[in-house]
Amino acid sequence: MSVLVLVEHDGATIKDATLATVTAAAKLGEVHALVAGSDAAAQAAAKIAGLAKVYSANSPALEHQLAEAVAPVVVKLMADHDAFVVPATTTGKNIAPRVAALLDVMQVSDVLSVEGPDTFTRPIYAGNAIATVKSNDAKKVLTVRTTAFEKAAADGGSAAVENVDAAGDPGTSSFVGLEASKSERPELTSAKVIVSGGRAFGSSEQFHALLDPLADKLGAAVGASRAAVDAGYAPNDYQVGQTGKIVAPEVYVAIGISGAIQHLAGMKDSKTIVAINKDEEAPIFQVADIGLVGDLFKIVPELTEKL
Amino acid sequence: MKVLVAVKRVIDYNVKPRVKMDGSGVDLMNVKMSMNPFDEIAVEEAIRLKEKGTVTEIVAVSIGPAKAQETLRTALAMGADRAILVQTDEEVEPLGVAKILAKIAEGEQPQLVILGKQAIDDDNNATGQMLAALLGWPQGTFASKIELGGDATVTREVDGGLETVKLKLPAVVTTDLRLNEPRYASLPNIMKAKSKPLETKSPGDYGVDVARRLETLKVVEPAKRQAGVKVGSVDELVGKLKALGVAK
Repeated sequence: MSVLVLVEHDGATIKDATLATVTAAAKLGEVHALVAGSDAAAQAAAKIAGLAKVYSANSPALEHQLAEAVAPVVVKLMADHDAFVVPATTTGKNIAPRVAALLDVMQVSDVLSVEGPDTFTRPIYAGNAIATVKSNDAKKVLTVRTTAFEKAAADGGSAAVENVDAAGDPGTSSFVGLEASKSERPELTSAKVIVSGGRAFGSSEQFHALLDPLADKLGAAVGASRAAVDAGYAPNDYQVGQTGKIVAPEVYVAIGISGAIQHLAGMKDSKTIVAINKDEEAPIFQVADIGLVGDLFKIVPELTEKL
Repeated sequence: MKVLVAVKRVIDYNVKPRVKMDGSGVDLMNVKMSMNPFDEIAVEEAIRLKEKGTVTEIVAVSIGPAKAQETLRTALAMGADRAILVQTDEEVEPLGVAKILAKIAEGEQPQLVILGKQAIDDDNNATGQMLAALLGWPQGTFASKIELGGDATVTREVDGGLETVKLKLPAVVTTDLRLNEPRYASLPNIMKAKSKPLETKSPGDYGVDVARRLETLKVVEPAKRQAGVKVGSVDELVGKLKALGVAK
């Protein structure tokens, strides 16, 4: 079986999500990668361990990975591949279903494990249930939960890079701009330590005044519960949970977060979970390895000072 | 301009799903069902566009059992003009739903189709993108802002921040949480909705085969995490964090 992986990149470097996707794809067969819209990223992708071939497609329309332009390139390559595998990031989730429909295939979303050539596990109901599904389509289209797979080595490979036709730009969509969230801190999905805040912070000012110094001390990324995002304390790209980002850091520190199902779905695979909450009955303590009951407005400054 | 919105009847988001003992799925007997939260946002957005004067008619569509009528009545009570129920007791996958919606779009000729980005039961996040593919239309997924002019300018929630794309109409848009806060239907509007037109069809009327491509072999509860220890003071917590190697 030959498998096509879509490489996620920022125009120069490969995103970590790609490396976990390569590991998942390798369980199905020989892995080829498609880099759309960047020569530099294609060169970087060729070094990923375990890749047999890298396809590079270039055109101005591909530069921003617009689904309308990327999907036809993938569909053409899928004539010679049995599966298309992408990370379940916003880029992957935007493109994969478009490809699946063009191939008349039902996508398997958020794959947690590969049980066989056509059998996979995936979370449903916000991770409250895990389904084992068998795909009866001739070709497979999968998005992969990247925290569920080890990352392939970014170095050591030497795959040949083959230029492929960029297909035509359908011209129906165009990129206007990206307002990148600016942060000196590590990215949420690749951070080793995350400190995350909930609605208990009471305001955006207190959220940042208390959490930012603690994050700086720990070299951590800052996350937030959906309740905190909905209340406007933190921007949406801080959101950890079913409808936000899925993370699995070494240490996850949940502060003033009660532990709603939808939040747990996004962080319960973290190696160690630390919870600070004034309510000792809060569900977050049922999943936490280390818990501290108390007032976050006293605990967080003291913790920051003593670290 | 006509807008089509797709709505799904799902388990209410406040209900904790229970996996059936026999591993065949999640128990939905006597469980409160509601409109998928992301679809509520889709309906709300269509209504706001109508209130701005850019949209003239809102057609709500649901594919599901007879009881999905209630979900459509909710959409009508919120402000949709008419509804189409494509009735089936089968669980239709996103690919089948997209095929039916594509047929309806061909007949209704909307300039915009708005859908929730994902349903909170099967969590696929696929129907909107599939519909756009089948129609050959552009897609604005995970939208937090929609501006309609000659084109649709859509701001998207992406991993690295906010991306803005311009889409030629007709287009498909899927909603993210921050797009708007859906309204509650008022009692007079709930009463009025009862007399709004609701047409019932079947997948066969659209010539769509909705046979499943994915077979569910089993459904289990996720592995449970064990609760750990509680510490009594910040000093103890600092000690634990040091032991983990994350603090000096």
